[in-house]
Order: sequence, then C-alpha cells, then structure tokens
Amino acid sequence: MSEIIKKNLSEIIDLIKKKEIKSEELANLYIDKVNKSKKLNSFINTCFEHTIQKSKEFDKKPNLNSLLPGIPLAVKDLFCTNGFKTTAGSKMLENFIPQYESTVTENLWKEGAILLGKLNCDEYAMGSSNETSYFGNVINPIAKDTVPGGSSGGSASALAADLTPATIGTDTGGSIRQPASFTGTVGLKPTYGLCSRWGIVAFASSLDQAGPMTKSVKDCSIMLEAMAGFDKKDSTSIEKKKENYSKNLKTDIKGLKIGIPKEYRVENMPKEIDELWNKGKSILKDLGADIIDISLPHTKYALPTYYIVAPAEASSNLARYDGVKYGYRSSKGNDLIEMYENTRSEGFGDEVKRRILIGTYVLSSGYYDAYYLKAQKVRQLIKKDFDENFGKVDAILTPSTPSSAFKIGEKTNDPISMYLNDIFTVPVNLAGLPAISVPAGLDKKGYPLGLQLIGKTLDEQNILNVAYAFEKNCNFKNEIKNWWL
Amino acid sequence: MSKDKFDYFIKGEKNKYEVVIGLEVHAQVSSNSKLFSGSATKFGAEPNSQVSLIDSAFPGMLPVINKECINQAIRTGLGLNAKINNNSVFDRKNYFYADLPQGYQISQYKNPIVGEGKVLLDMPYGSKEIGIERLHLEQDAGKSIHDMDPSSTYVDLNRSGIALMEIVSKPDLRSPEEVNAYIKKLRTIMRYLGTCDGNMQEGSLRADVNVSVRQVGDKNYGTRCEIKNVNSIKFMQMAIEYEANRQVELLDEGKKIEQETRLFDTKKNKTRSMRSKEDAHDYRYFPDPDLLPLKIEQKLIDDLKKSLPELPDNKKERFMSDYGLNSYEANVLVSEKEISNYYEEVAKLSDKKLAATWMMGDLFAMLNDKGLKISNSPISAKNFAELVQSIKSGQISGRIAKEVFELMVESGDNPQKIIESKGMKQQSDPKELEKIINEILTKNKDKVDQYKSGKEKLFGFFVGQVMKQSGGKANPQLTNDILKKLLKG
Repeated sequence: MSEIIKKNLSEIIDLIKKKEIKSEELANLYIDKVNKSKKLNSFINTCFEHTIQKSKEFDKKPNLNSLLPGIPLAVKDLFCTNGFKTTAGSKMLENFIPQYESTVTENLWKEGAILLGKLNCDEYAMGSSNETSYFGNVINPIAKDTVPGGSSGGSASALAADLTPATIGTDTGGSIRQPASFTGTVGLKPTYGLCSRWGIVAFASSLDQAGPMTKSVKDCSIMLEAMAGFDKKDSTSIEKKKENYSKNLKTDIKGLKIGIPKEYRVENMPKEIDELWNKGKSILKDLGADIIDISLPHTKYALPTYYIVAPAEASSNLARYDGVKYGYRSSKGNDLIEMYENTRSEGFGDEVKRRILIGTYVLSSGYYDAYYLKAQKVRQLIKKDFDENFGKVDAILTPSTPSSAFKIGEKTNDPISMYLNDIFTVPVNLAGLPAISVPAGLDKKGYPLGLQLIGKTLDEQNILNVAYAFEKNCNFKNEIKNWWL
Repeated sequence: MSKDKFDYFIKGEKNKYEVVIGLEVHAQVSSNSKLFSGSATKFGAEPNSQVSLIDSAFPGMLPVINKECINQAIRTGLGLNAKINNNSVFDRKNYFYADLPQGYQISQYKNPIVGEGKVLLDMPYGSKEIGIERLHLEQDAGKSIHDMDPSSTYVDLNRSGIALMEIVSKPDLRSPEEVNAYIKKLRTIMRYLGTCDGNMQEGSLRADVNVSVRQVGDKNYGTRCEIKNVNSIKFMQMAIEYEANRQVELLDEGKKIEQETRLFDTKKNKTRSMRSKEDAHDYRYFPDPDLLPLKIEQKLIDDLKKSLPELPDNKKERFMSDYGLNSYEANVLVSEKEISNYYEEVAKLSDKKLAATWMMGDLFAMLNDKGLKISNSPISAKNFAELVQSIKSGQISGRIAKEVFELMVESGDNPQKIIESKGMKQQSDPKELEKIINEILTKNKDKVDQYKSGKEKLFGFFVGQVMKQSGGKANPQLTNDILKKLLKG
C-alpha cells in the first residue's frame, strides 16, 4: 500500500477516479509517513483531524470531475489558511491564525484538494537553503547533511520524501525552481500575475508569484490549472480565461526554437552543470527543436538588481509586523518606540533583519536614485533582453542552479555565496516571465540537478510541453532511499 | 481692514512685512467605501466597526482602488480648473505609528492625479486668483486615543484607509482673510460637486498651513514654517496671525527663522515647535508594487466634465446677467448650492431683485438666529416667493410684510392665508383711501391751512394720521398720491 504514495499525482488521481483508493485511505497513508518523517522537519504544523474529516466528507459524496479529487496536499506556510496557523517561518507569526483563505489555496480546495499541513520555509521566504526558518532548517531527503534549497525548502523536501503528492510554493527569486532542482522535482514559476497574490504573506510584491511543485511535468500542469486564475482582489492579477494545461499537454516540439544564452555560462561553474546543459540541448535537438545561441547582455546585473528591488519592497511589506495588531509583541519596552524595537528585534531573524536594513538603505533619501531608481531601470533592460530574444526563439534553456544541493551550514555565514545560488533564476522574476525547472540528471554525488526552461509571458503551455517532452526522453530517476525512516 | 484696498501688513520694530501663506488642504472624499477597501466610511460609527482586513493590514492583504474615489478626484480637479493627469502613480510613504497599520500610507508623490489649477476669490478689494499646485489622493490614518486610559493608548481604525484629497495651493495667499475666503471657496466648489462634504467639525476638511514673512517689496520668499493639521478656519486665522508676528519679531531682532513643523495650541492660541527640519522623517517614498500605475482615459475625463453641475463662478455670472443682481448679492447667493437653489426657485415666482434683498436680509437673519440651514427653513421657497410678490404688488407694505414673515416662521403657513385671516391686506382701494383722507383733512382744517401757506413739513403728519386710521394698512404710495392731490385742491 505504501507504494501508492510514491506515485505521481496524476496516477493517484486516476486511482481515486477508478475508486481503487478512497480519499481517507490516501490521507492516512500520508499522515502515517509524515508522522514518521519528523527528522526532515519539512512541516511546521499539521492539521490531520481536518484532513481526515474532509476526506471522509469527500468519500461520502465524491466529486470525481474536479481536478484534485480528495487529494491531501500540504502547502508552503506562506499561504494564509483559514483557521490554521500561518507562520511564514517566523517567530513573528508563530501563533497567527488567519480568518481568511488565500485565493490560490481556496482554488485548490474548490478543485477537491484537502489541506494536510503547512510546510516549512525560509523566514518570510528569504533564503536559498531553508536555514533561516524560525522553526529550524529542513533536510533534503536526498542526503541527511544537505539543504533542500529555499525558500520553498519544506515543500521540496516533503514532495521528494512522498509526504504530499504535490505542493505549492512561492518564487520571488528562485524559491520554487532552486529547491525543485535540489530535490529532483519539477517546479514552475508562472508569469507574474497568473496566480493571485491575495492571502500570501508578502515578501517582494512585484516579484512574488505562487506556483506548483510536483514529481512530474503532467502533475505540474494539473496543479497550475487548479491554482491559476484572475482575482479581482489582486490589482496585479492578469485578466484572462482559464487554460486546460493538462489536457493540452503534448510532446511534439518539432521546429520549436530553443535559445541558449551565453551569459549563463558563469565562471567557476562546475563542469557537471555544463555537461547537463549540453545533455539538455541534445535531447531537445533530437526531438526536432532548433537550438539557437542567443545573448541576454544584462544578465550579470540581474542579481545586484534583485538584491536592491526585493529588499526595498520587503522593508516596506514587513513594516506591518509591529506588535500592535497581531503576531508577536515583546513584553519589554516603556513606550511605543521601544515596543516596536523590541518586538522587531526579537520577532525577526537575522536574514530578515539584513534585508530590511538593505531595503531601508536603498530607499533612503539621497540613495534612492543611485540604488532603487537605477535598479528599476536595469530591470527594464533585463526585461528588454528577453523581449527582443523572444522574437527569435520560443523558449530559453538554462541550468536551474549553479550547483547541486550544498551542505547544511556551508553558506550560512556567507550571504553573498548564498545569494549567488539564485543567479539563473532571478532574471526571470525581474522580467515577470514563466519558467520551469525539470530534473535532468545526477551529479557525481548522486544529487539531482535541474534544467530551466524560460517562456514568453503567459506561455506556460509551451514550456510545459517542452519540459514534458524533455522529461519523457531524459530518463531521470530520483534516488531517495528513505534513510530517515 | 480697508474695504477697497489690500492692507494686511505687519509692522515690526524696524520694518514692514508681508505675510505669505500656502495651504495643504486635506479633504475627505465623499464615497461610500474607502480608497482601497470595501469598508464603510460613515462618521461617528462605533470604534473599529468599519475596518476590513485590508484596513488593518493583515498579512497577504492587497489594496484595490475604488473607482468612485478616482472619479471624485477628477471631478474636483475639473472644478479647480486643473489639468487631469492621464498617468499617475500611487506611492508608499513609510513611517511607523500605532494608527498606521500597514507601516506606510498609500499616497501620491511624484505623479499626482491632478496637476496645476486655479481658484478665484472675491475679495472686497477685487477678485484674486489663487494657484493650485496639485491635488493627490491618499489614505487617511486611524485615530490614536490617548485619554481613555492613563497607561494605554487605544486605536480606532474606522478612519484608516478613507480616501483624502490633498489640495496644495501655491504660496499665493497674503492674509488670514484670504485664507478664510480660499477655504470657503474650495468648500463651496467641492460641495457643488458633491466630492467632499466640507464638514470641518467631523474632520472632513483640515489643513496644514505654511507661513512665511518677507519685507514689503522683497521678491524672495522667507523661510517657512508649517503648522500641522488645523481643523477650523478660525484656528487657521489665529495660527497665521500668531505665527506671522512671531516670525516678524525674530527677523526684526536680527534672528533667523528655522524651517520647522509647528503645532497650533488651541488653548493657548500659540504655535509651538513640533520638529525641526533635521528631525524630519525620511519617508522612503517608492511606487506601491501592489498597485499598477493609474491610467485615466481621456474619455472618462471628458464624460465627467460633461456631467459636472454648474459651478459657483459660472452661476454667479448667470445670476448677475439673468437676475440683475450685483456682484455682492450674486456672491452671497451662490455661496452654497442649497441657497442658490432656493433663490432660483423664489426668483422664478417673484421679483428677482426684491427676492434677493429679502433673502439676504430677513430670511438669512432668521436662519442664522435659529441656527438652521436653508434646507431646513421653516418657510418654503414657494411661500417665500408669494410673500415677495405680495410686497411687490402692493398688497402689503414692507412693515406688514415683516409681521407676516414672523407669522410664517411660526406657523409655516402660506402668506395669503395669514394676510387674509389677520386682515392685514394693504388698503389700496383709492375710493376707500380718499374717504379716510377726506375725514382727516376735515378734522384738521387748521393744519391744512398751515400746509397750504407753505408749511410743507406737515405732509408727514397727514401720512401718519392715515396710517394710524388704517391700522398701518394704507398703501403708502397711494396715500401719498391722494394726499397730494387733495391738499392741492
């Protein structure tokens, strides 16, 4: 029976639809494994009573036409869930229980999914290794001394360890794609505005985007279909009609033009990454795609630009956590200012404080023009690079990350080296484009590596198709040995 | 102050100074819901009863612009003869305060929705144009209540997120009187437009007042001080008066004015320093990434322009040309939309000029006395018009009309009914009057002789006798005519 939870989401959906398994049975299988997998620390909170109750309700009156019929799902703890603690991985929100449901999770429940628990993440999604969470670091099921990546590290870890059949994360600079790459799973960051931001704890509003994390490309298309959609409560949401990504999925990519940007071949990049990239090119070529060399000349400015824009927005977005209305409040302090200072000093972790400081600095009068304004201009140039090339190519292929999963603690004292991990993922967020990371191979240590496909605005279907074709011909297999059980 | 010449100057020990004033008026937008949330905006509701998750800045909440507030700002801009910007941006103004739940106020910084405009003031010394620098939309903050508990502060977020228009004037105002006229004119325009109720007691209209002084003839502006959040015209005038004199004293002593933010203490009638320029906040403005830039189609502006009501300046001109009113009368009668409506109703049914005189005299005095607005007048426009007509036609005299007016106020009755029931009709039948006059002349033969021999002053005596005899109802014009005729004979 435990073989079932190793299956992909689409296969499990089929089992439910064929009535070969009930939602409650499925829920119990996951609950059992979650309970046995505490070492991974991928969950912050669980809500098993709710899961069982909802799965019983489903089994009584199953709606088999929904996209996610009776499927238990754990989600990143950045999505507000009505009546269930939502912490954002922070002491500040340790006991915060929203009285509202994020649009994206609401969409999942409407399609039949059932909340299983809330997954660990870097504090306020700030991190690339899931080591900044107030609730402790998450372990990559690949190997017990490695990080799962971040910030959606709990999501990637739980997914790879079969603790949830699929999950959702948020991606501000790579927070879905990088952990997907580190854990041998599929992660997609949709076009900015495709999934509503309403009810997601904000990190950097102009970059944040929710997306699916799954074991297969097909699963990814099902999840995206369920989550996406216009939301009038989010002013940056794109008004367009829903698409049937899963139904329209196809492997024929003959004649598609795939761009290879030379700027993504960075210094000191491990040879394995380069080889993986070449492997990707040849697979796509064999499938009939044209491989075209392109240039995205402003790529090298993407990381510094990101580390101005994102902290600037974060410094303002996190101002609301002041101890006045909800969340943590320090008991120390004799007046309002002292209360603020103590609350925010005690409630936020070091990485969050670092980014608030950077953000406050770059927005300060006298520095605004030199940093924030300039970064906004560079951001336009980065976007223009992509726009110009998308006249010539249909999608762009790059490595997802400059390395495989690194060791726990390896980069915690070196923020720059940590930030460099986002070098391939960040430009996409700045340009608002969709991108998917698909597992493509293993390195010498046997750790997975991913390739990234970047698409045009709202061209999710196309990159899903390319990824689908790639997946079918890549023969990647994740080697997770359940060592923690 | 002289009526026909501007003369608001402050004489210091040594020099004579001119006062330069600019206003930042905060006007609450009349709308059913807040600028970025669906919460209600009613004044005086239970604390924290009109607060949404957005207003209280819960995690993951996002602002969505209320289109009606945009329309109201455009209407106001058009009413101020201002340029409406097709592209504007909402920015975040970052600062910490307990009644600011987001930790930032959403406002407009570099690109406001409305650009330059102008307002015309009617001053006793002629009309004066005041430049408008800009109008922008922003969120109001909540309210901190410090006096409910000795050790805690309470916060009411009902006001949090309500739409405000900040209307910034150019430094064109030169006296407390002009400030008075400016605020009243702004209020009139916005009330005509229905974009702000202008209720200062409820905080719907308040202002930051920038004051500087300079020697008469000096072309450069002096260093200004900003007096924050003054919520009545009287206090604005007192604050300016005090602040200008304070600055003059310093300058005359050879001292410098420090640019600073000051508060007006309404108990001591003084301004005091709140923070210096050095302590000024760094608000770290940047475009709000939760909101797209605001694009306004020209068609919307054109449509709103077409649907604007007649504004006070135009109405004034029309009153002067159509009703033959002078500038002063027209000004008073257009000062409030309700007054102008009342007047137009009356003028339609009666003598236009006489109606204006009686409205501005007895009617306004009565309303003022009773503390009533014209919309609650005990005399309807129709009844008032009838009263004016019965004076005009000679049915009653002005003196009797005052009595009828009083009775109308008491009873709300139609003037004809009062005149009939009280027998107050003017005696206008020439035959009847001739009879009375003949009787009087017969009774006072000696006086008639004296009159005829040149003592013409006695004419008044005869008029008095006629009035006495008729109980004040004799038509004065007719009485004069008949008396003259009979005394000649």
